[in-house]
Amino acid sequence: MNDVRQLDFSYFPGCSLATTAAESNRSMMQAARILGLNLIELEDWNCCGSSSAQTMCKNLSLAMAARNLSLAPAGRPLVAMCPRCLHYLRSAQECLKAEVETREALEEKWRRPITTDLEIIHFMEVLARYGLDRLQANARRSLKGMRYVPYYGCTLFRPPRLAKEKYFQGEMENILGALGAEAVPDALSYRCCGSFLSATDPEIVTPLVQEIIASAAAAKADCLVTACAMCQLNLEMRNTSKAKIPIFHFSEILALALGAEDYEEWFIRHLVDPRPVIRKLSRAA
Amino acid sequence: MSIAQPLRHDVVTPYLEKTGKPGLSLAAEVKEQSGTDLFRCYQCRSCGNGCPFVQAMDYTPNQVLRLVQFGMRREVLSCKTIWICVGCHTCSSQCPMSIDIASVMDTLRLMAVEEGVAIGKPNIIDFHEEVLRSLEKYGRAHKLGIMLGYKRQTGRWLKDLDVGLKMLAKRKLDLIPSRVRDVKEITELFQCYWRESA
Repeated sequence: MNDVRQLDFSYFPGCSLATTAAESNRSMMQAARILGLNLIELEDWNCCGSSSAQTMCKNLSLAMAARNLSLAPAGRPLVAMCPRCLHYLRSAQECLKAEVETREALEEKWRRPITTDLEIIHFMEVLARYGLDRLQANARRSLKGMRYVPYYGCTLFRPPRLAKEKYFQGEMENILGALGAEAVPDALSYRCCGSFLSATDPEIVTPLVQEIIASAAAAKADCLVTACAMCQLNLEMRNTSKAKIPIFHFSEILALALGAEDYEEWFIRHLVDPRPVIRKLSRAA
Repeated sequence: MSIAQPLRHDVVTPYLEKTGKPGLSLAAEVKEQSGTDLFRCYQCRSCGNGCPFVQAMDYTPNQVLRLVQFGMRREVLSCKTIWICVGCHTCSSQCPMSIDIASVMDTLRLMAVEEGVAIGKPNIIDFHEEVLRSLEKYGRAHKLGIMLGYKRQTGRWLKDLDVGLKMLAKRKLDLIPSRVRDVKEITELFQCYWRESA
């Protein structure tokens, strides 16, 4: 690792990774450190606005995302792990590019410039762009024998505004495949997890989650790997069937393969115990 | 599913009030705000067939587009569908005419809030308001506070109690909120926010 140049990025954790999904944050930081990717947390960041601001008030939603952009230093890309945060940050940037007056009003309010050519990218994109050879060089544990369903969730490449830029489909398979894991293709990889309906109307979400889990069980997968922290939580929380398939954050599997040692601390925070999958892996090794 | 009302255009539309310009139909208004051309819809129903949440909706997404095209403002702004939609964009990615249906839903929700119509799925707007209260106070979402506030509003204290306790035990719900230092910058932004007291 020492011979590889350190790369600097600004990093936007978002509310989920800062709290409920702290295990995703920790494992991603571990993986990044091992790969020589220096993620510098955005100073005094705030919520991206989320679906709630988007629903209730357009100006508010734009301004919340824009404040984060105003805090990002120019010259290094801004990285997000949560697909929704990425979506709202990018949408805000698009909007500020088009509406110069709105941007100037916000700049005046905060007395900070907002760079509209700031690159906003997902962590997976960072890996695809800079990390693939670093991955090979730093892999410590083989994922051979792990059958996983790549579960991207709804936001990473579906909204038309995002799809125009980077198309992520297949990226998770490229990365985890390089580390030895086997993607199971015939499960519901792209079905929505239910998002906030899991909090407001669980009776709508539970049968949908059952269907996703049942499809993974039928495909004989050991686990699902998600790109989104909210998917991870919903798929565990709303699974009431007997088949308890663990759901991993993408970053956890990545950090595990890169030799991170503190994984027990992440895994005890899961609602479905993932340790049997890990034991199976270490037996196979 | 409710029976559609006869074709009717409201005399004074909020668009007319806001801009002083008459004549813009509901469909044109939605097109302008959402940036997507819903006139292209020919009712193939791909959106309705693909939507994971369609069973909980009162109108399928293609029916919502039809209501908009017919100018049935009250009917469409007070329906459940626009609130149940979480914006997963399955419909948008399946539409053979590339209509971004999810962004039409976004627009209709905003219009419903702005125009103060009866909300088709009140518990969902309660939830969004609770999230915004948390954001206004801390600049970040404090999930435990949001869930408690939401339960206070809906009065359903026992619903989902087991899941909540499990999350607490796993320390997934922090007691103390993570917060923005310069929270004044955030609270200032909430001046535009539509208030229920109105």
